[in-house]
Amino acid sequence: MAEKVLMKGNEAIAYAAVHAGCRYFFGYPITPQTEIAAYMAKNLPKAGGVFLQAESEIAAINMVYGAAGAGARVMTSSSSPGISLKQEGISYIAGADLPCVIVNIMRAGPGLGGILPSQSDYFQATKGGGHGDYHMIVLAPSTIQEMVDITVEAFDLADKYRMPVMILGDGILGQMMEPIELNIAKTPEIIAKPWATTGTQCKRKKNIINSLNTNAPELEQWNIARQKRYDEVIANEPRAKTDIEGADVIFSAFGTSARICKTAIELLAEKGIKAGLIRPITLFPFPVYAYKDVKKPIIVVEMNHGQMVEDVRLAAPNVRVGFYGRSGGMVPIPADIVDYTLKFINEGLSEIV
Amino acid sequence: MKKIFSKPAALSGETRHYCPGCTHGIIHRIIAEAIDELGILGRTIGIAPVGCAVFAYNYFECDMQEAAHGRAPAVATGIKRVLPESVVFTYQGDGDLAAIGTAETVHAAARGENITVIFVNNCIYGMTGGQMAPTSLIGQVTQTTPYGRTRENQGFPIGICEMIATLEGASFVKRCAADSVTHVKDAKQSIKTAFQRQIDNAGFSIVEVLSTCPTNWGMTPEKALEWLRDSMIPRFPLGSFKE
Repeated sequence: MAEKVLMKGNEAIAYAAVHAGCRYFFGYPITPQTEIAAYMAKNLPKAGGVFLQAESEIAAINMVYGAAGAGARVMTSSSSPGISLKQEGISYIAGADLPCVIVNIMRAGPGLGGILPSQSDYFQATKGGGHGDYHMIVLAPSTIQEMVDITVEAFDLADKYRMPVMILGDGILGQMMEPIELNIAKTPEIIAKPWATTGTQCKRKKNIINSLNTNAPELEQWNIARQKRYDEVIANEPRAKTDIEGADVIFSAFGTSARICKTAIELLAEKGIKAGLIRPITLFPFPVYAYKDVKKPIIVVEMNHGQMVEDVRLAAPNVRVGFYGRSGGMVPIPADIVDYTLKFINEGLSEIV
Repeated sequence: MKKIFSKPAALSGETRHYCPGCTHGIIHRIIAEAIDELGILGRTIGIAPVGCAVFAYNYFECDMQEAAHGRAPAVATGIKRVLPESVVFTYQGDGDLAAIGTAETVHAAARGENITVIFVNNCIYGMTGGQMAPTSLIGQVTQTTPYGRTRENQGFPIGICEMIATLEGASFVKRCAADSVTHVKDAKQSIKTAFQRQIDNAGFSIVEVLSTCPTNWGMTPEKALEWLRDSMIPRFPLGSFKE
């Protein structure tokens, strides 16, 4: 039997990142993601890498820009207010087509908000965040083992599509412990980066890492080429875990909210109501396919005031979509989700809007 | 026929966009000559700023990255940590380095980051059309100080070399000028020394070069050189702050 160890979500991400070949980490302290930086500070030097605590989130993401441009597998992590500070750098990274991994262990907002868990950065993560017309691939794990698997994959996806990948967790996933398999099965797919600025050695033409182009027709072509890559991502990478067979009502939730929905599903079963679950694993690209054949009403559950619900409504335009959410660090309670579901059902299960 | 003068290999053939009389071109050239003479072109990586020198990535023949406004020392840090054998330099103006990028500059120096910063100080934001810079002089008229910079309203200009020299991580801190043959030769030698310090892993090096902006100062190139000598150098004295 494979050896298992108990690990915190934050540590699991860091552990998997080192396995994935990440040797550079630039970060700035913020709760509740601190263990990622602490793990990297302890373990990257042993792996021949560099951990550097930057003077700000802004500096950290720009160090990531430099390191990614130099061809390295590089990561930064933060929590909501810190991720806001990184947005300038993320936009430049997207504009210069650089691969990197950014972890957001979300906490309550807006503003300084609070340190308790939240999912209120969904819009920021999936719709751009910084200025310009760009996307990140956004991955939403819901178990600690999945945090491991997704982290290794995040680096491969970043390199493959030359774009930033965000792992979107929350304070609960970051802080909770679960057993993970110590041996990570997936081998990182390391690819050549002939575009990187590693020094010409006077043997090739110079490489330039850049997002500036004052020639509008050319810049538009750059943008079109990038959008084509996004189209590939949308075609190839959407993922969801779906369990909706025979369900009268379907929950849709990601990360921690999906875990809570599972308990609500058990409580509803005791009342004779069969509920299902669609759990998006990729938030960008949104797994539209998972909603295609849904004929039953959907309840979206989030730790915010309704963000993913917009994407669900677009993906399932012909069914009734309800929403239940808590925010500010408050977490949906299964019994409350059940109450909401019963009311929702009483309003009619006529399915089609 | 004997060749007695040529373009440095580290300088590209691209036509530069700088205004007539601007000294950016001279500073580009002496950096390129320093790179050539040290034989480090193949392992040099430059970082262009936001500002007049934003297109510097087109003008040097080494690998280049273009950084967000003020972030060049952080970008340089990322590169240098991945490629410790490379020679990494940033090229930054006064707005980029001494206003929006002050934190990145100070902390790269404090860490003793093995990078070289070329700081072009012309006391004004050039690219955006001549606004007050952190290094603008008291009394200096700009688009955003139409009545002159005052100590009461905008406060005092920042002396970057004076500030950086207080940091333990800084290995070489020198202020030069691009206004005369003597000063340009000194600036080139200083840039060479700064690169050599980096090659020797001695820590952070910065060479400030006082530069002119005839367009936004509203002067002829000749008058601009005079203003540099008569107004800038008294406030920003030339010389070594740390060797």
